[in-house]
Amino acid sequence: MAERTFVEEVKKLRLGEGETFQGEGILAVTKALLQSGVAYVGGYQGAPISHLMDVLADAQPILEELGVHFENNASEAAAAAMLAASVNYPLRGAVAWKSTVGTNVASDALANLASGGVTGGALIIVGEDYGDGSSIMQERTHAFAMKSQIWLLDPRPNLPSIVKAVEHGFALSEASNTPVMLELRIRACHVHGRFQAQANRSPDFTIDDALANPVRDTSRIVLPPASFQHEHEKVNARWPAAVDYIKAHGLNETFPGEHGEIGLILQGGLYNTVIRGLERLGLADTFGNTRIPLHVLNVTYPLVDDELEAFCADKRAVMMIEEGQPDYLEQALASILRRADIATRIHGKDVLPKAGEYNGQVMLKGLRDFLAAAEPDLLPASEAQPALDIQAPALPPRPPGFCTGCPERPIFTAMKLVERELGPRHVSCDIGCHLFSILPPFNIGNTTMGYGLGASAASAFHGSKGGRAISVMGDGGFWHNGLTNGVANAVYNGDDDVLLIVDNYYSAATGGQDLPSSRAENPLRHTNIPIEQAVKGVGVKWVRVVDHTYDVQRMKDTLTEALTTREKGPKVIIAQSECMLNKQRREKPKVRQALKEGKRTVRQRFGVDSDTCTGDHACIRISGCPSLSIRPNPDPLREHPVAQVDNTCVGCGLCGEAAHAAVLCPSFYRADVISHPNRWDRLLHRWRQGLIQRLQAWREKRLAQLPPSAHLTGEPHA
Amino acid sequence: MPDLTNATRPITLAIMAMGGQGGGVLSDWIVHLAESHGYLAQATSVPGVAQRTGATIYYLELFPEAEAERTGQAPVLALMPSPGDVDIVLAAEFMEAGRALERGLVTPDRTTVIASSHRVYGITEKSAMGDGILDPMPVREQLNQHALRFIEFDMEATARRQGSVISAVLFGALAGSQTLPFPRAAFEQAIRDGGIGVTASLRAFDDSYRQAQDTAPRTEPDASSHRPGETAPRPEAAELVALKDEVDSRFPEPAREVIHQGVLRLIDYQDAAYASEYLALLQQRLPLLQQQAGDHHLLRELARHLALWLSYEDTIRVADLKIRRDRVERVRSEVKAEPDQIVYTAEFMHPRVEEICDTLPAGLGRWVLRTGWVRRPLAKLTQRGRRISPQKLRGFLLLMSVASLRRWRRKTLRYREERERIDGWLSAVDRALAISPEVALEVIKAQGLVKGYGDTHRRGLASFDTLMQAFERQGDAPDAAARLRQLRDAALADEKGETLTQSVGEWQPEQPARSEDDPSRIAVKQL
Repeated sequence: MAERTFVEEVKKLRLGEGETFQGEGILAVTKALLQSGVAYVGGYQGAPISHLMDVLADAQPILEELGVHFENNASEAAAAAMLAASVNYPLRGAVAWKSTVGTNVASDALANLASGGVTGGALIIVGEDYGDGSSIMQERTHAFAMKSQIWLLDPRPNLPSIVKAVEHGFALSEASNTPVMLELRIRACHVHGRFQAQANRSPDFTIDDALANPVRDTSRIVLPPASFQHEHEKVNARWPAAVDYIKAHGLNETFPGEHGEIGLILQGGLYNTVIRGLERLGLADTFGNTRIPLHVLNVTYPLVDDELEAFCADKRAVMMIEEGQPDYLEQALASILRRADIATRIHGKDVLPKAGEYNGQVMLKGLRDFLAAAEPDLLPASEAQPALDIQAPALPPRPPGFCTGCPERPIFTAMKLVERELGPRHVSCDIGCHLFSILPPFNIGNTTMGYGLGASAASAFHGSKGGRAISVMGDGGFWHNGLTNGVANAVYNGDDDVLLIVDNYYSAATGGQDLPSSRAENPLRHTNIPIEQAVKGVGVKWVRVVDHTYDVQRMKDTLTEALTTREKGPKVIIAQSECMLNKQRREKPKVRQALKEGKRTVRQRFGVDSDTCTGDHACIRISGCPSLSIRPNPDPLREHPVAQVDNTCVGCGLCGEAAHAAVLCPSFYRADVISHPNRWDRLLHRWRQGLIQRLQAWREKRLAQLPPSAHLTGEPHA
Repeated sequence: MPDLTNATRPITLAIMAMGGQGGGVLSDWIVHLAESHGYLAQATSVPGVAQRTGATIYYLELFPEAEAERTGQAPVLALMPSPGDVDIVLAAEFMEAGRALERGLVTPDRTTVIASSHRVYGITEKSAMGDGILDPMPVREQLNQHALRFIEFDMEATARRQGSVISAVLFGALAGSQTLPFPRAAFEQAIRDGGIGVTASLRAFDDSYRQAQDTAPRTEPDASSHRPGETAPRPEAAELVALKDEVDSRFPEPAREVIHQGVLRLIDYQDAAYASEYLALLQQRLPLLQQQAGDHHLLRELARHLALWLSYEDTIRVADLKIRRDRVERVRSEVKAEPDQIVYTAEFMHPRVEEICDTLPAGLGRWVLRTGWVRRPLAKLTQRGRRISPQKLRGFLLLMSVASLRRWRRKTLRYREERERIDGWLSAVDRALAISPEVALEVIKAQGLVKGYGDTHRRGLASFDTLMQAFERQGDAPDAAARLRQLRDAALADEKGETLTQSVGEWQPEQPARSEDDPSRIAVKQL
């Protein structure tokens, strides 16, 4: 079960000829795939691609009707390898992942695919996670396209253009026997817009057709001598075919403008930002009508020399607007113009930053600087933007962190407590929610080297005589490749370190998709494969399962044992508890329903006694739970804010367990709130209340009667 | 060629929110509202990791469809907000409005800022060892100065009052601000069409709509504020009246309020005799303190810190507070229990052998602590924490019996130790008063480092000792006050005391700072 269901979105996939699709960019891509007669789709989840995978997973009936096969691939490498189906058969196939991380993983299969070439259209949809809000290294997919010779589409970020790019992508792939990548920036994936839909199309040739008539062609297999032939084919046959297709179908767009002596050449994905910049300089309107000619590269690889020569020939200066580095396009343009002996001056990374996202502000400044250099007369007399040069006040940083009630938090609470006792360790992290441990308040973790590579990244420390290193891996990373790269090889190499596997029942960070070890019964997938068995299967002897991560003491004891045991070989701890986000999504409606029906329900949540809290916040430093916060101290004599638990608390139990395990303070309480109490509850409660209130009254009376000097007899201090 | 003279520009909105605040729902409502009222809407966001509690921005552009039809062209809308190009900023938390400011999204020519005045503290604010809360006033001042219009009220309180969520309140405030060309009914229809939590959302919408049209910010009564000891000492009690008279007659007016608070606290903590002892301790220093006169800041601080130290948190005090009559009601309101719901609490307590010995008579306590064969099994027994429910008879009786030890508090080991420390501290205060009021203030304020329980308390004491030793060595140096203040800040900079050790080393290189890792019980320092 994914984070949410996509019933509404799935309906949009059924829209027919002429109907208007309204929705997210990545959904438009999904719809476009079905309109293009795709035969199989796969991929690996990860923002901004997750929604594509989630919606397709929920769209099984439509896919079945159309005869489209959908696969949840084990990794991006597996997804890329699936495109092998298009090598021998005229099958249209598409796969999707987050880039560049996914492309890194996939590149072995991609290189093989690109070398032999394809018969059916092979489309790779990459969600380019670059710029503001990105969670990965800042690189360009462009380099992969160039090195393996895969065509790269970078359409203008509006739904009609994106949909058109999908359709042309397949056709271009078939026309040039080359796989095609469709690059979508993260905002384009999430953009809400509309386009005119077409009817879905069943594939002309299906996977059943393929298997009924297997085709084998050794010239497509990457082995000598064919592999040498492939390289020649790439440049001599497939490249010219692609250029012809791009020209013939006008995939790149030129927009005229009255000031023809200068021009802008830009990646399609940057079009909207460029137009807004020009608009603010008074050089374009909201509809994209511009005074400066534009050449929009909806295909950024390969470049079409003729088109660029024609655009530049009559211009004094052009500006290449290319996001990210190195400046492949600018270099290529320079070489094209030089060879054609065209003397147009090239601007680009001289007026724009060499690295980083080109957001509105950066673009505006770049355009202004270009104009100042190339055509100063065009600059507006007055500044379009009121310059605000203010010193921003101090603001709290808000790093992402574990959700309220997250089962991973207590693992790191325990780790922090162990660290206090046994000293700091080298901690090798992985990819997933658990990576938030590197941020405050935990500040645990030294490196992260890639998905499923947490254990491998600690392998240099195997023979160390210092303390054991700890590596962390999520269930997602474990099934992605951690089982083989991390666990099996740790056994094989006689590793003596500690591996902590976080099993939260889902691929949680990417949106709660199912995994082989998920507990949910999924009618389409085979789940409930225990990680413990897998680990033992590859030879791990020391395995401990902590099936309730909130038990901080147990977690702490297990970690301590793993770090100190004399037993050799990798020590694997599997820490299991369900992702709270997904659990709440499932449980909350049930509770709401029960309350509505008047059934007895018990809600648990935590609280802090402001009377006994002294405002040290040690509890927060080993938790960081969003619902555990602070508020001004109600005590008139105290200054420091007291801790408090707000009503978003889900009662996971960590506060109490941590208070116990860390011997914090007696301020934490768990409140059990009983709704619709039954008769017995009420009776018992009334009886208890009656007795206790009497005792309280007696006590108050007694205290009031204490003679003021009763205790001074033996101990005069004043 | 484009006609740029009177071109229609899109309406641009940026929503500054944190993961889980419903920024997506709000964005969807606005899209739906615009699309059903003749506007083209484009919305983008950057979810991903930011969704998990981080700060995140949703960005929307709205453009009249009729204009697009007239020209036969589709508008090109931007995918991210740019400085100088944002009409409306909606902030679901106050400092997030500051973030819009920081990003340059607030400009005086066009930006209406609609922000909730409530705070959701960031992790660095929360995890500080003292008071890490950032001051919102500079943000408020700048918003007042730089926004075209600035609407703020406590939207979280409004949402709570109406049983709804902050996104609905923001939507109501957006409607109330009348910055969008849509009637109120259209907004409400968008909520209805959304179909989730409609009734509560509409209620919150209505409340918020009206508040957004009021200019004066509304202050919410703080329901959570509670004064400990409000109920326990009865105002009519004769001893109390006498003590109050004593305070009024002997102490200067500006300090009376805080001293009176101290008296109340100590009666509540122990008894009236203890409170008069407190007054006596203060009075002894009055001549020295009054030399400094002024606003009697020193006296007030000394009164405050002495009352806090005298009412140190021991097991007796904790048990006492947990079984009070008013506590149940406080918990019920804290967890928002309805009248027909039953609430039980489980208190997480972990008394260790140290706390048990603290509560024993001094001699016995010391004996247990140094006698291994008694101490070790006891330690083993108290290895795990306990959960005690004061609303059930067993838990109540247990806590009541601990609380009843109050009678013998002055004989306990902990009391002896604390009194020795207090006396040492007071004599240091006296000596500091002879040096300068600034140094005295620092010696007084050093008491604030001693707080918490268990390890936290031990760490606080160690830091306090370090400061006192520094004072003893170089309290008469010309920069002593500033240095001591620096040490106090350093003591609150990190848990391991590294910053403190470093600061001490910088000031007094020849005297290595006390190790914080000293495993033994902190020895009582005679200063």
